[in-house]
Amino acid sequence: MAKFRLPKSSRVAKGNTIDASGDTKDAKTFKVYRWDPDSGKTPRMDSYTIDLDKCGPMVLDAIIYIKNEIDPSLTFRRSCREGICGSCAMNIDGTNTLACTKSIKSVKKGVSIYPLPHMQVRKDLVPDLNNFYKQYASVKPWLQSKVDAPKQKERLQSKEEREKIDGLYECILCACCSTSCPSYWWNSDIYLGPATLLQSYRWLVDSRDDATNERLDALEGPFKLFRCHTIMNCTNTCPKGLNPAKAISEIKKMMVARGS
Amino acid sequence: MPSEYQFIEHQHDVIVVGAGGAGLRATFGMAEKGLSTACITKVFPTRSHTVAAQGGMSAALGNMGEDDWRWHMYDTIKGSDWLGDQDAIEYMCREAIPAVIELEHYGVPFSRTESGEIYQRPFGGMTTNYGEGTAQRTCAAADRTGHAILHTLYQQSLKHNAEFLIEYFAVDLVMDKDGVCRGVIAWNLEDGTMHLFRAHSVILATGGYGRSYFSCTSAHTCTGDGNGMILRAGLPLQDMEFTQFHPTGIYGAGCLITEGVRGEGGYLTNANGERFMERYAPNAKDLASRDVVSRSMTIEITEGRGVGAESDHIFLHLEHLGADVINERLPGIAESAEIFAGVDVTREPIPVLPTVHYNMGGVPTNIHGEVVTYKDGNPNSVVPGLMSIGEAACVSVHGANRLGSNSLLDLVVFGRAAAKHCAKTIKPGEKHAPLDNEATDRVLSHFDALRYADGSEPTAKIRLEMQKTMQKHAAVFRTGDLMKEGIKKLEEIWESFKHVKVVDRSMIWNTDLVETLELENLLGSAMTSIKAAANRKESRGAHAREDFPDRDDENWMKHTLTWLDSGGEVEFDYRPVHMYTLTDDVEVVPPKKRVY
Repeated sequence: MAKFRLPKSSRVAKGNTIDASGDTKDAKTFKVYRWDPDSGKTPRMDSYTIDLDKCGPMVLDAIIYIKNEIDPSLTFRRSCREGICGSCAMNIDGTNTLACTKSIKSVKKGVSIYPLPHMQVRKDLVPDLNNFYKQYASVKPWLQSKVDAPKQKERLQSKEEREKIDGLYECILCACCSTSCPSYWWNSDIYLGPATLLQSYRWLVDSRDDATNERLDALEGPFKLFRCHTIMNCTNTCPKGLNPAKAISEIKKMMVARGS
Repeated sequence: MPSEYQFIEHQHDVIVVGAGGAGLRATFGMAEKGLSTACITKVFPTRSHTVAAQGGMSAALGNMGEDDWRWHMYDTIKGSDWLGDQDAIEYMCREAIPAVIELEHYGVPFSRTESGEIYQRPFGGMTTNYGEGTAQRTCAAADRTGHAILHTLYQQSLKHNAEFLIEYFAVDLVMDKDGVCRGVIAWNLEDGTMHLFRAHSVILATGGYGRSYFSCTSAHTCTGDGNGMILRAGLPLQDMEFTQFHPTGIYGAGCLITEGVRGEGGYLTNANGERFMERYAPNAKDLASRDVVSRSMTIEITEGRGVGAESDHIFLHLEHLGADVINERLPGIAESAEIFAGVDVTREPIPVLPTVHYNMGGVPTNIHGEVVTYKDGNPNSVVPGLMSIGEAACVSVHGANRLGSNSLLDLVVFGRAAAKHCAKTIKPGEKHAPLDNEATDRVLSHFDALRYADGSEPTAKIRLEMQKTMQKHAAVFRTGDLMKEGIKKLEEIWESFKHVKVVDRSMIWNTDLVETLELENLLGSAMTSIKAAANRKESRGAHAREDFPDRDDENWMKHTLTWLDSGGEVEFDYRPVHMYTLTDDVEVVPPKKRVY
């Protein structure tokens, strides 16, 4: 018989409610997914109401405020706090994004915060990204050239050739796109997902790279590339404004053009 | 050893701690040479703070006009205010050229010139012909050069199948009775296991300690972990008084706006709309070196010519550059300015403020990356089994003030040098000497004590007090009295750490404990930094004292060494500055007055 409910261990319970806002007029409530692997308990949603005057403007500032002032056990990744390292990717107000560049004011009511969807959770807002990284490595994301590089000189690349990798090399591997993709949710074991495919395309269009055929060969078959159904969640959610869906469609075109 | 912990033991030829630019370059360099190498890192490699470097990496390629590595060397020595070691600076500037070519061959997506070569932009303090003209020496990938380089280095590491232990926190070095480093102990956050890594060489590539200040461009993870380990091992740090303030951190948020903005023609103005840098540095103007620009801005603000409602910051203009130049060369900072200052850079200036950015000081090393200390009258006594590279280290190529775009260079050149040195000195697969338990027990007992710390002071509270103290008492301008007061406060904060309270007791992803271990590392860096600053009675480079406004070469042209004991007491000694070159291809640059 079909099962319509999550397994018991994954059902989210109501958690603690803490109001630390005092009598401020600028209060905001953050509902945060919590799961402690040591507790043996199911996940819960804790609710924290804080005074926005006491913290910075971004969602990451609020989470750090909660960790510093209310509950030091709240667990999440963060590093650069300026949208370039990709550590603090999470699901905020229903969208995958970086907590450090998501302004609190852009969320109208309470702010709900979950880990990136459909990933194994290690603790609170920390998902397991090992498979994601393995997939990235699997497309051999490094320069492969069949001709020796000139001695003591750079390889030449025209401005026009270089422009082709704009919008691709800027990816920060935050995994927002891949974990927003329904195809990836159901088939992350066999479908590479938008982030990895964007990186594959980055090398496919680099004029210095000669492994085009090998790279395309490696993406053959019904799953690795062709599980993309042009849903476009990836492009909608990318916090860096990149367009993985377009990169994927370009790879598909390259596949057709070479008559696979 | 607390019986709760079981070590998983690993044996390697080399262990690299940290996976930023320096750590990655060293790691795959070793792997390439057939050494069994593992890299331990507390964040996934591409999240290391190298990723945030923007403007570029210097190398006298001469793609935009005549250039010479000797001019680059001269600029770096002058930038260092004659505290840099000239043999090391020669090595770095000369090796810059093959190092950047090598990066291009690895696939770094550099911006290009019309002829297809690597694009280079002007940067502060970079000149032609020993100070005459403006050099275009900084190799750029738009304004995301650190990101482009770090990702490429990680890709090369994948290519060479280097071994990574990701999200492992390095707790402490394992030092034996003879002062030899035998390995490192690390904690796997994912499954909570403890690991003992044996190695013939441990390489600390742990970055800087910007987070000892309240406002910095540095990431939350820049907590001087390698410095902390060195101090706990009874070894000294060098030149800790020299902290670089970047002129253009975004007002409020502290996020970096690259010097490349000024390199591309941007400029600073005060409340009168005046381009005030013309008064302070008539030749270089907005492209004077960072210490000079930061001081000038601070003077403008303290003399009441700051901008904004509270006259407490400065404007950085690039609206005159036009949308095309901004889109092609400065797209990243346009995005940052919009997000963090609400500014459209094609129409309005960016509000900026000098912000803590870089630590010139760190673990003293020679040009091979080997850690050195002052021992038995020898200022260059090598500590066996221990190396350091990158911002964590003090070679010293930056002396009292680093030039912009010399940092990415430092990482790559000395990461590469460390790999070469290990390949020459370590035989792959050599056996490890037996280790008694004492060395590891001490580390574990300390770890356990912090894990169960149940005092009255939350980690975040102690950290904030330290940051505020450093911000106020060891700022752009310093005075003896102000620092004395700061030291007193910091000593109280040091005491309060004995009563730290950790809430999370778990071994799995316990970031409460991670932040506490990091705080301990930061406190060591902060304490040696402010005490070294009070000790140095002169002004040099980034260390500007109002009570000693001049450089004093007779008494202070020397590197400060600081040892720290468990009570927070600092002991001083000194190493001479290397006033000699590595080869006869270039001559020593004798000290003179530093004018831009």
